[in-house]
Amino acid sequence: MAAPNPNNDHAAIPGDTGLEQFRSYLLRYALLQLRDQTAAEDVVQETLLAAIEGRAGFSGKSSVRTWLTGILKHKIVDRVRRAAREQPLAGNDAEAERSDAELVDALFAGNGHWNQPPASWGNPELSFENKKFWEAFEACARLMPAKTARVFVLREVMELTTEEICKELDITSTHCWVMLHRARLSLRECLDLQWFGKSR
Amino acid sequence: MKILTNCKEVSELLSQAQDRPLGLGEKFGLNLHLMMCNGCRNFGKQLDFIRAAMKRYLERGVSGR
Ligand SMILES: [Zn+2]
Repeated sequence: MAAPNPNNDHAAIPGDTGLEQFRSYLLRYALLQLRDQTAAEDVVQETLLAAIEGRAGFSGKSSVRTWLTGILKHKIVDRVRRAAREQPLAGNDAEAERSDAELVDALFAGNGHWNQPPASWGNPELSFENKKFWEAFEACARLMPAKTARVFVLREVMELTTEEICKELDITSTHCWVMLHRARLSLRECLDLQWFGKSR
Repeated sequence: MKILTNCKEVSELLSQAQDRPLGLGEKFGLNLHLMMCNGCRNFGKQLDFIRAAMKRYLERGVSGR
């Protein structure tokens, strides 16, 4: 890696050490999706290697981070696709999904009204500046069952459309919406409990 | 047109609004319900916030240093 790279004279393309600075961002991104430190580190390593090898493919039209994230996305989607094939919804996951459904049912009365209508969070964006908020956010995101989290992150982080998610994971769009809804409901509940509702 | 009185259904529709364009009838019914229902209105705003927070969460890795 220390060998001088003849391509390095291109100003827009960082050297190997330049790419290293994006490692923590990429790792965070990968961890959210894969929820497994080793798998996330693997995929980031693959991404950085692919980036170093394919440096010539960097057009300079996007930022380096966007370029790297694009490579990472492909690597992650590959892995998710493989994982979905190797471990279809079964065992613990099915159980976790059931408890997920129960949580949702517990939020509404028989007539469909909220048991406890969501109260205002005021100006929630102010919490972005608070380190403690992000700890709560991370903890809440980790509470989601793996399968639900997988769908949620494909949608919110990878920004795949529901059609794309259906295709990747071989589920119906209705199932996809149900899972996304549960993910949001549970994240909302948790944030309300752990953060926004604390001052009430 | 269906009148939406069920918050559970409305919450589902609000969530789907994050993932697909709603039909005209759905939008109308939804807005009518939101005019009357504080809980669902708060829920809708909180969904937007959660989406924004998810993006911010990823940004923090680089901007923090
Ligand atoms: Zn309502």
